[in-house]
This record gives sequence, C-alpha cells and structure tokens, in this order.
Amino acid sequence: MAQESGQQHPLSIYFWIWGLLFVFSFFSYMVDYMNFQGALRWTLILVFMFLKAGFIVAIFMHLAWERLALKVVILGPPIALLVLVLLMAFEGDYTLATRIDFFGEGAAAPVHD
Amino acid sequence: MSEAVMTDTGDVLPGDADGVVADFAADKQTFHVPWGKAMMWFFLLSDTFIFGSFLTGYMTVRMSLRDAWPVPSEVFALSFGGEPIPLILIAIMTFVLISSSGTMAMAVNMGYRGDRNKAFWLMMATAAFGAMFVGMQAFEWTKLIVDEGVRPWGNPMGAAQFGSTFFMITGFHGLHVSAGVIYLIVVGRRVKSGFYERTRGNYEMVEIAGLYWHFVDLVWVFIFAFFYLW
Repeated sequence: MAQESGQQHPLSIYFWIWGLLFVFSFFSYMVDYMNFQGALRWTLILVFMFLKAGFIVAIFMHLAWERLALKVVILGPPIALLVLVLLMAFEGDYTLATRIDFFGEGAAAPVHD
Repeated sequence: MSEAVMTDTGDVLPGDADGVVADFAADKQTFHVPWGKAMMWFFLLSDTFIFGSFLTGYMTVRMSLRDAWPVPSEVFALSFGGEPIPLILIAIMTFVLISSSGTMAMAVNMGYRGDRNKAFWLMMATAAFGAMFVGMQAFEWTKLIVDEGVRPWGNPMGAAQFGSTFFMITGFHGLHVSAGVIYLIVVGRRVKSGFYERTRGNYEMVEIAGLYWHFVDLVWVFIFAFFYLW
C-alpha cells in the first residue's frame, strides 16, 4: 500500500470515532439541557467542540496520516482567523461601550416590523 | 544541475521540519497526494475562511448589542404534545449529520477495498442522511418564519440582528449540504457503474467527496456550538 494514495485503515477506528462523536454531541446537548450557565457552560461547549472538530479532521478526513507539509498548509492559515476574531472582539467591545455611552444602558429592543 | 542533486526526498523525510523544507524547496511536486485531493483541501481551506468570517461577524454583532439576544434554547425548542424540549430538533439534526459522517467514512474505506457495491450504498445512505438534514432545516426555517415571525430585519424575541445572522449562517451551511447530496449522488453513480475502475483504477474520488462531506459536518460542529449553544 503506497503511502501516497492509500488511506486504508481498519474499520474499528472509524467505529470508535463515530461513537465518540455521538457521545460528545450528546454531552454538548446536555450542557444546554441541564442549563449550565456562565464560565462552566462556555468551557464545556468549547471543549466538546474542539474534541469533535479534532477527531473529524484527524481521523475522518485522514489528516493525521498526511505528510507534515500538507498539515502545515491546511492548519496554518486558519490562525489568521483567530487574529480576526481577536481584533473583532476588541471592536465589538468598543462598539458596545460607545453605544452605552451615547444611548444608555439596556434600552428596550428596537422593533422593526 | 545534475540529476543526482535533485533526488526526490519525498519518501525519506515524511514527518518532520526537514521534510517540510524538502517538500517545498525541491524542484518537484510539493504535495504527495493526488492533485484532486490537494485541490479539495485548498477549496475547503477557502471555505473555512468564508464560514470563519461569517461566525466572526456574528460574534462582533452579538458582542456589540445592548438588546438581549433571543435565547436559542427556547427559540429552537419543540413540543411533542407535552412540555417543549429545548433545542431538540437541532440535537436530532446534529445526530443525523454525524451519522452521515460515519457512513461516509465507511464508504471511503470500502472504496479503497474495491468493494464497489458497498461503497455505493454507503454513499447513498450518506446522501439520504444529508437530505434528511436539509428537510429538517426547511422545517425549522418554516417554523421560525411563519409561526414565530423571525425576519432578517427583526423578530419578536429580542435583538433584531438574530434573524439576519441565523438565516445567513445556517442558509449557507444548508446550501453546502444540498450541494453535497448532489455531489455524492453523482460520484456514487460513477462508483456503481465502474466508471472509476475503468478510467482511474482507484477510488480516490470517493475519498475526495468524503473530505467535502466531513467538512460540512465540521462546520456544523462550530455552528452548533456558537450559534445554538452559546
């Protein structure tokens, strides 16, 4: 089996990951169902999200078995998105502060019908 | 420049930093995968930026609002005769999409084993799950638009921006799922007819279709976390 084209792996690994994805999805649904709030909620959501995303990319999309050159090219650029998220978080925070400054705290939702 | 200097180092250094340098620097093919697979990965990378920008935009909008954001847990609750169950339809949609990812992974595996028939039927099962997902999404949209009066410019539950981000993000994802269903049916038919066996002698096309499908599932993981659960 040439490493270049063949991505043949035992079926058991797919069944394992499949099962794990169901379990993680169930847990993330439970976060909402059990009505966890605040930092606990956000942490759990992110943990289950990254676990699921990681298993899908690594195993189902076979990235774990690809050469490092491909991994770097696929996983590197999205870091730019994290920078964007960071910048936009500052921006959103600033916009909110400005709005509160000018319009006051917690006005009723504007109705556009 | 002699031939000996330009030897293919590709198989010598697969996994470390020297390998990366060798792959990019040498006068030869960079990625040791079929070109179709490399191109699919690049397409998916560009798609990552599209969805990433959508979700970032949604984050910015939601962070900068004074108005209360509608509670997704309640907005997407569904009642089966009794008490409304929070987010239940979305949970079912999530499980349907994960099921489809599993059948797709099996289809790719069967393709590499050369089991045409099984690969075909698993792909059809994947497409059926995908169609089911889109159907449930259509139901969800109808419920939101007709029964609850959600519009891109406003809604009765809270911040006006809820509708625009919701329709934009889930709509674009639903479009990807729909395209994926068609893609899977086209590739699946060719698997069954033996087209790839005659023209290529392998089933890489199944894996490439699989990459797309898993990506659609991957995007849903992020939408589920950030839009529905957050």
